[in-house]
Amino acid sequence: MRASNLFKNLVCLALTALLGGVASYASEKSLKEAEEDFNPTDMIMHHIGDAHGWHFFGENEDAVTLPLPVILYTDAGLVTFMSSEFHHDTSGHHVVEKNGERFVNFHEKIYQLNDDAHAVELDEENHPINASKPLDFSITKNVAAMFLTVIIMLVLFLNMSRKLKKTERAPKGVHNAMEALVLFVRDEIARPQIGEKKYMKFMPFLLTVFFFIWITNLLGLFPGAANVTGNISVTVSLGLVTLVLMLVNGNKDFWKHTLWMPGIPTFVKPILAVVELLGLFIKPIALMIRLFANITAGHIIILSLLGLIFILESAGVAGVSVPFALFISVLELLVAFLQAFIFTMLSALFIGMSVAEHEHH
Amino acid sequence: MDLIKPEIGLIVWQTVVFVILVFLLAKFAWRPILGLIKDRESSINEALDSAEKARLEMKNLQASNDKLLKKAREERDAMLKEAREIKGKMIAEASTEAEQKANKILMNAQEAIVAEKHSALAQIKAQVASLSIEIAEKVVKKELDNKEDQMKLVDSMLDDVKLN
Repeated sequence: MRASNLFKNLVCLALTALLGGVASYASEKSLKEAEEDFNPTDMIMHHIGDAHGWHFFGENEDAVTLPLPVILYTDAGLVTFMSSEFHHDTSGHHVVEKNGERFVNFHEKIYQLNDDAHAVELDEENHPINASKPLDFSITKNVAAMFLTVIIMLVLFLNMSRKLKKTERAPKGVHNAMEALVLFVRDEIARPQIGEKKYMKFMPFLLTVFFFIWITNLLGLFPGAANVTGNISVTVSLGLVTLVLMLVNGNKDFWKHTLWMPGIPTFVKPILAVVELLGLFIKPIALMIRLFANITAGHIIILSLLGLIFILESAGVAGVSVPFALFISVLELLVAFLQAFIFTMLSALFIGMSVAEHEHH
Repeated sequence: MDLIKPEIGLIVWQTVVFVILVFLLAKFAWRPILGLIKDRESSINEALDSAEKARLEMKNLQASNDKLLKKAREERDAMLKEAREIKGKMIAEASTEAEQKANKILMNAQEAIVAEKHSALAQIKAQVASLSIEIAEKVVKKELDNKEDQMKLVDSMLDDVKLN
């Protein structure tokens, strides 16, 4: 039985290699039946979504997961416990009781059961009906991954600044590479977009956002890593920082051009003010959607390619999907840098618009 | 669609952590790093400038060296020329002097010859005179052997004296 399976797989591998990936599942199961065993959407969503524990491998009770702290703000105040208390349960069956309040993990969302309830009940659309969501400030997988990026950045750049202070000679190794990127941000992004006079003020933000996005993107490419920059909450936060910088640093000229554009007929001015105000908020929204969608899309493509192996139930498909996934992974290395560059570039551009000195006509 | 629903918890963590990260890195990494990079850039530029300056100075030095050398060569040539002139002049002077001296010697010699000739002539004249007197004496002695002739000569001589 085993030998025949192996033979079948080998044939499949040879076929896919020959035919260049024409549908090759020699399984007797139909696609629909296969989908019932393995749900690719759930798998993908699980991989790109946030979670309360950092899952590495294994299923259910055998899973190897790094437990992370759960921090909830309920009516009774702060409640904290480790995510391992859910015992890898995300179906809402395992109830954790703290301070007389009961919590379940339902698809990686923490619900607080109502006072009289002891098990979660669902409506027809699979939404819990006898539970509410408390404010969840847990250290989730994404927050933990973010901390990892922060630690890497602090170690890397504090070291770099220490090394630079110590010697006047040219930098070496990784510091040299980082210095090249710092110069890239300064000379290709900040200076041309913001202008010689004011760019220094925004350099700390631009450098931090550039390296944060780049390093997080790269870390996200590791198998089992968190999808931080592909999470809408993270990009919303980054976009908000840019928006705040745009609004706070907007000079008189900027607001005049936004709210009461000079040099056009008066009746157009209110219309243009509406458009400009909308544009003011659409700019960071576009930033945040671009980053989120690019990174998530890359992850979804890789996971879908690998998921094909399980959908078609044949190791032979790996002959096609693994090289494809590898190709996309390498492409993602480029995208990781590109998206960091684009986010920083556009942030600099928007800030530059806010602080620009217009020539008076 | 959980995918596009922002979670307040994550937004708060991300914002707080990111803002703290910006301030920490700004204070302890970015400002020192950017400052030091700028310092190094300016020191590199300065070094390049001074190298260029040194090159120019070197060139100037070389040019002035060449000039000095040329001047020295000219001076040497001038000196040689002068020496040659002096030599020529000295030779010329020496030769004229020698000529003059020779001329003088010659003149002296001629004068001496003329003087010797005069004295010789004078001696010859004296001798000739004495000879002629002797001859004349002899002639006269022979002619005035008789008294009559002697008287006649005396008379003629006295006549001559009277005339004087």
